[in-house]
Amino acid sequence: MSGYRIHRPGERINRQKPVSFQFDNVQYKAFSGDTLASALLANGVRLIGRSFKYGRPRGIVGFGAEEPNALIQLETGAHTVPDLKATQVELYQGLLAGSTTGYPSLDFDLKGLLGKFGRFMPPGFYYKTFMEPVKAWPVYEKYIRKAAGYGHAPVLPDPESYDHLHHHIDVLVVGGGAAGLWAATLAGRAGLKTLLVDEQAEMGGWLLTERRSRIDGLSGMDWVSQRLAELASLPNVSVLPRTTAFALHDLNLVQAVELLQDHLPLTERNAALPRQRLHKIRAHQVILASGAIERPLVFGYNDVPGVMTAAAGHSYLNRYGVAVGREVLVQTQNDAAYEAALDLAQCGVKVMLADARQGGAAAWRQQALKSAGVELLLGHGIAKVLGDKSVSGAQLVKLDGRNNQVVGSGPRLSVDTVLSSGGLTSTVHLFCHNGGRPVWNQQQLSFVCPDEGRDNIACVGAITGRWELSEALGQTHAAVAALLLGHGRGSSGNAPSVASEEVAAPRAIFRLPDGKPEGHGAKAFVDYQNDVAAADIHTAIRENYRSIEHVKRYTALGFGTDQGKLSNINGFAIAAEALGKPIAEVGTTTYRPSYTPVTFGALAGPHVGETFDVRRYTAMHASHDARKAEYEVVGQWLRPWYFPKPGEDLHAAVNRECLATRNSVGVMDASTLGKIDVKGPDAREFLNRIYSNAWSKLDPGKCRYGLMLDENGMVMDDGVTACLADDHFHMTTTTGGAARVYSWLERWHQTEWPELKVRFTTTTDHWATVAVVGPDSRQVLQKLCTDIDFDKDAFKFMDGRSGTVAGLPARVFRISFSGELAYEINVDANYGRYMWEEVMKAGAAFNITPYGTETMHVLRAEKGFIIVGQDTDGSMSPNDLAMSWAVGMKKPFSFLGKRSLLRSHTAGDGRKQLVGLLPLDPKVVLAEGAQILSNTDDTVPAAMQGHVTSSYHSAFLGRSIAMAVLKDGSKREGDTVFVWAHGKSVPAQVVSSVFVDKEGVRQHA
Amino acid sequence: MANRYSLWSLIKNGLKHHESWQPAWKSPQPKKQYDVIIVGGGGHGLATAYYLAKEHGIKNVAVLEKGYLGGGNTARNTTIIRSNYLWDEAAHLYEHGLKLWEGLSQDLNFNVMFSQRGVMNVGHTLQDMRDIERRANANLLNGVDAVVMTPQEIKDMVPLIDISNRARYPIMGASFQPRGGVARHDAVAWGFARGASELGVDIIEQCEVTGLIIEGGRIKGVNTSRGDIMADRVGCVAAGNSSVLAKMAGLRLPLESHPLQAFVSESMKPCIDTVVMSNAVHGYVSQSDKGELVIGAGIDSYLGYGQRGSPHVIEHTAAAIIEMFPSFSRVRMNRQWGGIVDVSPDACPIISKTRIQGLYFNCGWGTGGFKATPGSGNVFAHTIAHDDPHPLNRAFSLDRFATGHLIDEHGAAAVAH
Repeated sequence: MSGYRIHRPGERINRQKPVSFQFDNVQYKAFSGDTLASALLANGVRLIGRSFKYGRPRGIVGFGAEEPNALIQLETGAHTVPDLKATQVELYQGLLAGSTTGYPSLDFDLKGLLGKFGRFMPPGFYYKTFMEPVKAWPVYEKYIRKAAGYGHAPVLPDPESYDHLHHHIDVLVVGGGAAGLWAATLAGRAGLKTLLVDEQAEMGGWLLTERRSRIDGLSGMDWVSQRLAELASLPNVSVLPRTTAFALHDLNLVQAVELLQDHLPLTERNAALPRQRLHKIRAHQVILASGAIERPLVFGYNDVPGVMTAAAGHSYLNRYGVAVGREVLVQTQNDAAYEAALDLAQCGVKVMLADARQGGAAAWRQQALKSAGVELLLGHGIAKVLGDKSVSGAQLVKLDGRNNQVVGSGPRLSVDTVLSSGGLTSTVHLFCHNGGRPVWNQQQLSFVCPDEGRDNIACVGAITGRWELSEALGQTHAAVAALLLGHGRGSSGNAPSVASEEVAAPRAIFRLPDGKPEGHGAKAFVDYQNDVAAADIHTAIRENYRSIEHVKRYTALGFGTDQGKLSNINGFAIAAEALGKPIAEVGTTTYRPSYTPVTFGALAGPHVGETFDVRRYTAMHASHDARKAEYEVVGQWLRPWYFPKPGEDLHAAVNRECLATRNSVGVMDASTLGKIDVKGPDAREFLNRIYSNAWSKLDPGKCRYGLMLDENGMVMDDGVTACLADDHFHMTTTTGGAARVYSWLERWHQTEWPELKVRFTTTTDHWATVAVVGPDSRQVLQKLCTDIDFDKDAFKFMDGRSGTVAGLPARVFRISFSGELAYEINVDANYGRYMWEEVMKAGAAFNITPYGTETMHVLRAEKGFIIVGQDTDGSMSPNDLAMSWAVGMKKPFSFLGKRSLLRSHTAGDGRKQLVGLLPLDPKVVLAEGAQILSNTDDTVPAAMQGHVTSSYHSAFLGRSIAMAVLKDGSKREGDTVFVWAHGKSVPAQVVSSVFVDKEGVRQHA
Repeated sequence: MANRYSLWSLIKNGLKHHESWQPAWKSPQPKKQYDVIIVGGGGHGLATAYYLAKEHGIKNVAVLEKGYLGGGNTARNTTIIRSNYLWDEAAHLYEHGLKLWEGLSQDLNFNVMFSQRGVMNVGHTLQDMRDIERRANANLLNGVDAVVMTPQEIKDMVPLIDISNRARYPIMGASFQPRGGVARHDAVAWGFARGASELGVDIIEQCEVTGLIIEGGRIKGVNTSRGDIMADRVGCVAAGNSSVLAKMAGLRLPLESHPLQAFVSESMKPCIDTVVMSNAVHGYVSQSDKGELVIGAGIDSYLGYGQRGSPHVIEHTAAAIIEMFPSFSRVRMNRQWGGIVDVSPDACPIISKTRIQGLYFNCGWGTGGFKATPGSGNVFAHTIAHDDPHPLNRAFSLDRFATGHLIDEHGAAAVAH
């Protein structure tokens, strides 16, 4: 038990609101305003997890997004979340959390035992072993997998929801610390539409911890309150706390995720509101004020629980009223950590400070510490930390002033906590997401964003390497004022006034030496989460993994869920030393989104479940429901598949529907066919180019079937297009292809033939289409419509007419996908259901029978009509489909695919062609997707001749039929082939693909 | 092998504080002249060099890489390996690769962690199921393992998948290739580099090819950022940048370079034991040995050489994963990235001689290159060594775009990963 509560003025917890919570089944008490991390520390809990590779005991190191160790499982059941950082979980009453590592327990971990052999597990050890015997790898791997991983994935569907919100604004400020607040204030005052986001619950950034600075005569947090009050008064400014900008994309599109309810007890969450919201922010100007994160120093056993960053120890004290230890050693190479030591000492903590610099900090700081009773050890570094599951002491060494070498032994201190500071690392991530490169600043010892930013991205404050508040605010003011002036927004007044203080330069030291060659002494961790020690980086480089990307990938440096926020610069520096190159030359690895992990649910937003993709229903859907239709998913549409009567299965229903349609009349909802209105003086020319067949001579009132080919000459869509007027066509497409065809038309028109005067309107949803099909269909139409002459010769096959059907204005096309006499009635979609029911009434006398897609498939297969996407697969030319009649090679202007059709293979022999198949046993329905062999005794690999595309029982013919594509099929009529599926083959005869009414008498009736 | 890896080598080196490890591959200065130059130090290029040396005895070879080894798509893919392609030519080529994968760790003495946990392609519509049947039957007849699964069998293998009708596009079945799986992508590049270097191949990093030296219709060498390097045979294996190289030779390749994105979750305990792919809802997922869900998306529509894509593609992919795995909604994305995929008109690679004597191209792998790494290098090495295609890549020559003899994998799998 080392951490304990201590009252601090200005602390951010509410002692009037105690809350209780559980960690690993133990009940604890803390306060509202705590994070899970501060609450655990206040309760003296140090051991939070086990390390990834060696199972070493680990505790909390940081206090925010940088935390590498404290990955916990939050809540249970449907609300569980794996791998949250305890430092980022806001505490609420009744919170349940648990550790994610340690087997069989956190306290006693088997991997920890294995980890004792860590010296035999260098970087890349997986690549060097587990290879023999060959068959054992799956067994090894099983245990490797079991040993890896932190939390458990939820197994129940997420009970909470997410949403998306778009912003189009002038200025986005990322980061609500001093710099961000001032930038937002200036932009807000200038009248710009401004959004300020910060990942924490409270604005203020480092001012939440640091209590000594005064800005314009106010304490830091009073100044923050003043800023927030002013921003709240500006109608053009919004401020979003708990909102992390996690990705910056091209053209200043920033994704940010807002945690709306994660801080509330499960029982108090509003189910009507989302849990999290993804903000998609398009800003003319992005101002990055994301600050900096303190990194630790690298020294022996710097991972023992109780070792943390100085900034973390400082923050737990001042923000949460938690002293992280009773006897604390602060190890630093810079001035800032003196502040943490001072505040701790003033709270009665016994503090010692070791400074790697011979001269230590600015004189006034040293004086302040001495006055507070802090023992100063200048020119000292920690060789190794003592203790196993908690710090018990530290062995120090004396350091050389210039080279990072040991010149003598130092004291062995008995302490319970070690805070270390290796300086600050600018939070440059967003700047780099879309191609920006950070630059190395040798004075500040960090990769920083350049002062000039990039086009429409400004960088202010600590992100540019200005660690001192006075400098950060000064630079912020100057940068934002210049921006506003550039936007013609006039003067911005004066920068906030902050006294500047004398600072001694930090020492360029990252790895504290212990007097031994690297790899011989205590492991000194660089990346805690991936168990990467300093020696591992040296080993990687020794093995010629010299690019920093190789170092990263070989050792896993920076690959964790903290994305290397603490480890990157230390790792780069150690690599630089091993390579004998300056850090600037080593460079950084690539910064990728997301800055901190983002819930899948937030990314998906509302596009889950029923709204994953729109579900489209036709206007007569309710009629189909009433008739108990079974449905098939076709593209986004739900289409009636068949209409079973009581006791009927699919086959019985389809047999009945087919016979009724062939013998009297059937009716089908054809509304889902894509419809595109093509209009303009060049409409006809456009059709000539986009379709393979000719459209020059199609008169108004006539329809024509058209094939659409891709550039490769292969069939991509088909449909009937009607000529309504010389410059006006009603195009239909396949159901699934409607959107694709529409964008295809637009693409060719906009990019290749903009000179053509034609426009396209998608009208699929405008029209409801009822197909009335069968010998009695004419009589049904005649009962419904008196102003169209349905006489055989007046209204011929492939004619179209406008008239009044059932009292509604309608377009009627005499077209057929069944080979029967058939009409398609198109009416305003709002009257679709009415029209359907009127047709049903008019057809009652003829036993009109509604049918679905399955019967449609059978009827068209009996006629050998293809379905694009079922009988074709993007590799079938018109010729392969025996549809050369639909290719106008003599058209004056080339059409899409024409040149490709002339290529030697495409025009030659040996291609697969559409045929019909009749199984020798007429009761056998061939499997769709079965492959065709010429011989039964073919061995693997077999010479496949083609495959079955469509196969049905035809009630009309009283036998099974199939369509197939077959190599040189057009020449093989009469052959017997063998149809193979899953090891069984069935003989079938190759026939014409037209099984019914080869002469077309019925559709011309 | 002087520097052989084994448990024993780990112990021996561990006792010596790991100070005695030899470089995995040597980094010599480039020579003036080689028998063969391979442009591109990704998995395919390194594999080509390895097989040139190992199987064809051509050891005076340089691999030129403008950045670091395996820094392109080798390092950016989702590591899926399978061979269940529809068309004969593609199935045979990828199956050749799969067979090489099956002994690769031992062959290279470098554990590439090839993990045959199976690859499942789920279907959501009647047409998906027809295509699955067709492909599975074709696979079986080509000697490629394939199983067609019912929804319940899928659920038994992948308990977290949703097979209910709650889904917008309920799962109707799947094809499954048990021998498919995943591997550790970086290790593949390093393993081939180490193997090639051991056989005498020079691996030259930080060496950008800036021009091709061509005289009288024959390749003579390359201009590089480290000076001219001569060779009578040059094999280009540069994925998204192939068109750029081809242009140096005055060739136009039928390739489009698109961004392709992927992302990983945070590391979790094992929760999904195979690879699940859905072309219909546009998402696929597996879990790495480290515990991260590795998730892939469809390609971005726009062309470009930026190794990053559009956020809406990632958002849609997350939605697709939740559609299949509703409980993953609360899992978090740790990191996303993009690569550049060079897509040919038929979604199949180009492994080919060119009209420049001695200049060869191996490109156009689109979204599916990683799985082919050893097979690709193997047949390309043969093509270069014999100045004549291996029987397995004869059909993948450039002239197929002139004759129309395409191998159209777009047809059966709109996204062929």
